[in-house]
Amino acid sequence: MAELSALGSAPPRRRSVRSGQDRLPLGRTSGTGLGLAVLWLSLLVLVPLAAVVSKAAGAGLADFWSAVTTHEALSAIRLTVLAAAAVSLVNAVMGTLIAWVLVRDEFVGKRVLEVLIDLPFALPTIVAGLVLTTLYGPHSPVGVTWYASRPGVLVALLFVTLPFVVRTVEPVLLSLETEAEQAAASLGAGPVRTFVRIVLPAIAPAIASGASLAFGRAMGEYGSVVLISGQLPRTEVASQYIYQQIESGYLPDAAAVATVLLLVSVLVLALLNGLRGWAARRG
Amino acid sequence: MGIQALDITKRFGAFLALDDVTLEVGSGELTALLGPSGGGKSTLLRIIGGLEEADSGRVVIDGVEATGIPAQRRDVGFVFQHYAAFKHLSVYRNVAFGLEIRKRPKAEIQRRVRELLELVHLEQFADRMPAQLSGGQRQRMALARALAVEPKVLLLDEPFGALDAKVRKELRDWLRRLHDEVHVTTVFVTHDQEEALEVADSLVVINHGRIEQVGSPNELYDHPANDFVMGFLGPVTRLGGHLVRPHDIEVLTADSAGAVPASVQRLVRVGYQVRAELRADAAPATAQVAGPGGGQAGAPGAASVGRPAGAEPDAAAADTAVQLTRGQADALELRVGSRVWLRPAQHASVLTAR
Amino acid sequence: MLTSSPPRPAPAPAASRTRPARRRTSGSRWSLRLAAVAYVGVLVALPVGLVLWRTIDQGAAVFLDAITGPEAIAAFRLTAIVAASAVVINTVFGVGAALLLARYRFRGRTLLDLAIDLPISVSPIIVGLALVLAFGWTTGWFGPPLQNAGLQVIFATPGMVLATSFVSLPLVVREVLPVLTETGLEQDQAAQSLGANALQRFRRITLPTIKWALAYGVVLSIARTLGEFGAVRVVSGNVGSQTQTVTLLVDERAEQFEPGAYQLSVVLIAVAALCIVLISIIRPNEKK
Repeated sequence: MAELSALGSAPPRRRSVRSGQDRLPLGRTSGTGLGLAVLWLSLLVLVPLAAVVSKAAGAGLADFWSAVTTHEALSAIRLTVLAAAAVSLVNAVMGTLIAWVLVRDEFVGKRVLEVLIDLPFALPTIVAGLVLTTLYGPHSPVGVTWYASRPGVLVALLFVTLPFVVRTVEPVLLSLETEAEQAAASLGAGPVRTFVRIVLPAIAPAIASGASLAFGRAMGEYGSVVLISGQLPRTEVASQYIYQQIESGYLPDAAAVATVLLLVSVLVLALLNGLRGWAARRG
Repeated sequence: MGIQALDITKRFGAFLALDDVTLEVGSGELTALLGPSGGGKSTLLRIIGGLEEADSGRVVIDGVEATGIPAQRRDVGFVFQHYAAFKHLSVYRNVAFGLEIRKRPKAEIQRRVRELLELVHLEQFADRMPAQLSGGQRQRMALARALAVEPKVLLLDEPFGALDAKVRKELRDWLRRLHDEVHVTTVFVTHDQEEALEVADSLVVINHGRIEQVGSPNELYDHPANDFVMGFLGPVTRLGGHLVRPHDIEVLTADSAGAVPASVQRLVRVGYQVRAELRADAAPATAQVAGPGGGQAGAPGAASVGRPAGAEPDAAAADTAVQLTRGQADALELRVGSRVWLRPAQHASVLTAR
Repeated sequence: MLTSSPPRPAPAPAASRTRPARRRTSGSRWSLRLAAVAYVGVLVALPVGLVLWRTIDQGAAVFLDAITGPEAIAAFRLTAIVAASAVVINTVFGVGAALLLARYRFRGRTLLDLAIDLPISVSPIIVGLALVLAFGWTTGWFGPPLQNAGLQVIFATPGMVLATSFVSLPLVVREVLPVLTETGLEQDQAAQSLGANALQRFRRITLPTIKWALAYGVVLSIARTLGEFGAVRVVSGNVGSQTQTVTLLVDERAEQFEPGAYQLSVVLIAVAALCIVLISIIRPNEKK
């Protein structure tokens, strides 16, 4: 959505760009509205998140450090970051490929493919986990058992992040003029060369932003992983680890690992914003 | 009565959009606010309409204090450059909008909307959606919509700015005729001097947040108060130390009192007219005996030629642009390299160059 | 589910058809097509299909039993209450925030814009933890006053509504804001100069303008709120028939190998599919 459209397609057009006249100063009603909006946002999002960071920091640096460097915590964080990175890479390649097929190819059943790509967005994560466990779990009808294994976690993350790159790259690809490609072809460039030299530079920002969206999502994923990971320490992602700590009543430890994850999220968000600016400048 | 905007000042951050501007518009007049974009004319219009609030100053409409009164209670019709059509409403509902808000009886609304659609020649488009209209039709709809509520004044912000040249010209004539019929006090903003000269009863030239000059189109064209107004209303070129309109220069084949010797650098024929670029001799001409006038002023309407030399800074200061009719050019037997003498025509407006 | 961006709907097929046919050897075209279809097939179609098939295989009686049991009914009820509350809250907040961001200039505008995106990139478990640390009676900053007032947020419906609102916060704003920005102020100002007051302008001009974007955002929110799992799991306490939503019930049945997980999942899959269909209907209208 926001990211998808803002990054994917051209930035919103503004018709009149008279300085200072395209936005109004706040009045009494709008001022009150702003106050309420900020209050609600603070109460719901900002203050609770601050409470997490404060809980983590309140225990002192030494405790924070030992909380995030226990064997289990480190293993969970490492698995999460590595899996998220791997998932972003796979998505960058497969997402671009799928977007290409959706835009440049016509075949019977394309509409079905479209719906299937959107399905992971609309499907509850626990249901995603259940369907994957049914196919790749203990009683797999296809004989592939990824239950309680790292590949299982990876598949779950790939499932929930499937649409990100596809849906960011698609509009850019759609708006791309084919003339440049035809010109390249007329100059003797083969299809691979044309793609690498002409198309790829144009869609690279969209791929990057889609991949970083997928990264952020994979970093925080919980629901789809719960069933397939088998709840073993070896296959536990950071969110699961935090949940275990909450359930066991170790709130400071949970807060400490959560703070590390939040930090990564903020970094991803900053990166995303940078990319958005970069894409807007180029577009 | 009409409109009075008194001592208006408006800032956008550090940018001074209007600097203590006072403007009076006579009742029933059609006035153009003319100036370059960013000069403050739109801001002034929006302040009169209540869409923007001045930092200081007052607005009086038809003798009623309007300062601080929100736009919805000012009884002002406003027409925007990009039509501001209500895209989800039909043409009919667009025009009826103000009347519906005022809870007028249905029959009256119907009658009034029909009347207005007839006035703007859109009666057969009543059921269309704005997206199905051309730009010119949309702007006429917007005008009908603004007039439907019988506003005390009509304000138009670059009303033809988004239209192509041909439609623009049509709508311009049409606005003039409409105003002659309806006689509502009207102010319109434009950066197009031709539009302002052709349509308005009176012109207000605004630049850098200040009013440069106010007057009738002819007054301003013939007696510009300064080089900005002169340059903005039509083409200007330099002759000696003076600013003159290119069609106000006489080209003589013999030396004469006050004439500047020059040689033809370039000749361009555009349809019925000939544009000549001439370079004055390096040494300033000394006063000599007067001779008979040769050239006649070109049609003032040909102002659309642009501002060939005068608009450019000193680099081309020595070059003078002259506009002649084809007949004049032929009679003078002008060729590139011809030696001629130049002087301002008899009734030419002449300003001393800065 | 939609932790982050919701589906960018299928692009209008007409647009892709206007593209000139690529001149590529049919071999590479086929292999690309095959790769795309195979990837999506193995990742999505096959597992979802298998669950549908298992459900059908177990028969209609089992299906009806599973979705009409007392726990299931309670879960559906609670899910509906939580989702509806969160959607209403987010719609009001979303339209208000979008209006503010699109039309007004104020200090901290960019900051507000960024803060609204924050929930997108926060793990649902952290959302739950954050709410526990803010509103829990014994654990939270606001715990003591809430306890004194006898108002239980965590382990109760209000907490679940908060958690669900948190995760779906940006969905409406992000759909409505671009439309409002694109539309600009002129229509509103025209209506104002024609005598319409703020309420009349909102009802007669703004609402019809954002109608489809709003509908889109609401459908996205519905899908997202119905399916929320992690955040709700943390704040709910997960007490059967009391604070158990449908997703929590699915998890419980699946982990304890009790019957009903497939059947309840199929209901949720159907709702998700319905949302996608609604979106594909809404989307072309929004383009107009």
